[in-house]
Amino acid sequence: MFRSQNTRILLAQILIFILFIAGWKALTTFGIMSKFFVGDPFIVAGRLYEWFATGMIFKHLGVTLFETVVAFILGSVLGLLVGLWLALSPTASQLASPYLKGFNAMPRVILAPIFAVWFGLGVTSKIALGITLVFFVVFFNVYQGVREVSPVTLANARMLGASRTQLLRSVYIPSATSWVFSSLHAAVGMAFVGAVIGEYMGSAAGVGYLILEAEGLFDINGVFAGVILLTFFALILDAIVGVVEARLLHWQPREAATVGAPA
Amino acid sequence: MPGMDSAVPALALRDIACHFPARGNPGGTYTAVRDSTITIAPGEFVSIVGPTGCGKSTLLNVASGLLKPSQGTVEVFGQKLTGINRQAGYMFQADALMPWRTALENVVVGPEFAGMDRAQADRLGRDWMARVGLAGFEKAYPHHLSGGMRKRVALAQMLIMDPKVILMDEPFSALDVQTRQLMENELLDLWQADRKSVMFITHDLEEAIALSDRVIALAAGPGTHPIGEFAIDLPRPRDVAEIRHLEEFSRLHAQIWEALKEEVLKGYAQGKR
Repeated sequence: MFRSQNTRILLAQILIFILFIAGWKALTTFGIMSKFFVGDPFIVAGRLYEWFATGMIFKHLGVTLFETVVAFILGSVLGLLVGLWLALSPTASQLASPYLKGFNAMPRVILAPIFAVWFGLGVTSKIALGITLVFFVVFFNVYQGVREVSPVTLANARMLGASRTQLLRSVYIPSATSWVFSSLHAAVGMAFVGAVIGEYMGSAAGVGYLILEAEGLFDINGVFAGVILLTFFALILDAIVGVVEARLLHWQPREAATVGAPA
Repeated sequence: MPGMDSAVPALALRDIACHFPARGNPGGTYTAVRDSTITIAPGEFVSIVGPTGCGKSTLLNVASGLLKPSQGTVEVFGQKLTGINRQAGYMFQADALMPWRTALENVVVGPEFAGMDRAQADRLGRDWMARVGLAGFEKAYPHHLSGGMRKRVALAQMLIMDPKVILMDEPFSALDVQTRQLMENELLDLWQADRKSVMFITHDLEEAIALSDRVIALAAGPGTHPIGEFAIDLPRPRDVAEIRHLEEFSRLHAQIWEALKEEVLKGYAQGKR
């Protein structure tokens, strides 16, 4: 019962995908929409195949993934550290509050050209942009997570003799982990956005650069191929975060469900 | 009672008053507790009863050192208390376990903080798990355990530290009646084996009488304070389910209820407002 329910969902998901592609293909084949504007799914697939077959994509993909992963890691670590620090230090938090709010409200994507001026057109400027995007997602979640630590659990740990560092290690951090992970899913996407927008604003390599180049040639199929590629890898990175999360948060209660009951 | 007449109390709260900033009244204060003096002798089991919301937990938090009183002092075996009460174990009303640790890992938290060797702590932890009737549940996470079992873990977590003074804040109030009586009996057994001083907060008068050597009744808040003390000279060892049928139990119940009734009604009227 349980298994076949999952299988049915998967089949339905595949069906939706096929219908979508068929619909897309039909729109262009019957001339309802121009191929020039929406492209053609078969040509897009062909373009992707060509990219991988010739191996030209690996260099660009490698650059984009490198920027994404580095921005993700640095931004997350920075967000975690500052989040912990400000959540545990009310004075620092009060002091920094308006600046953080302002910096968070700022549309930071606009910083891309400035970073390009500061750090050049290489990977550094993209990583910098990615970090500014990732940092706030993680920071606010960690801050919130630490602030919402159960006061009873905290009091209990203190009664059991926890020192300040022991409280941090055995109460604050584990307690904030679930918040951190929910933020990491969003942060992966943000790191990607940072890398691609950065490339898009000015670069010589990367999937964002490929998309920009295709746009310059009015090659809509190339644009879609790039977007699909990015989506696919964003999903993979998200899945990796999901796996790590499942390992670290194995203590969390799962939703109770009976096995064998009719759906 | 052994130690009852000992000169130095295990725990002494002297002239305690606690004022809090009043909600919805900036600059104003709310007095939760005033003029409260409570002493507990070594090995004595004392229950504090009072209307709901009267400030019982505030007194316990003062005794634990988690809360500094606005006035008054706390003495632990004659020593003035500053900071956390290291001689005391505290069992909270709400769930205080760490949900990311297994039952055993929760039980050994205290020894771990104290820097005890892992293997030794585990041995001690398993021993305590068995003593509270949880052998075999070492690897279970708190959310796998029932409310009663989580209370047992909390009990083991506290007792493993071998505290001289035990503070309990309505620890069994969330349990069903049967589980509750089982836990009360087990608590009495554990206490009987190794007489510690207990300050037990409850709003249940029957529970208070069944467990204690002495019952202290509190006035309704705000500004709660003790309004009466009653020695419970029922024989030990006790069975909390059976002791309720003794004539002496009914007499004590009537006597304390007489003192408490007016305060409970006052507290009830405040709750309705």
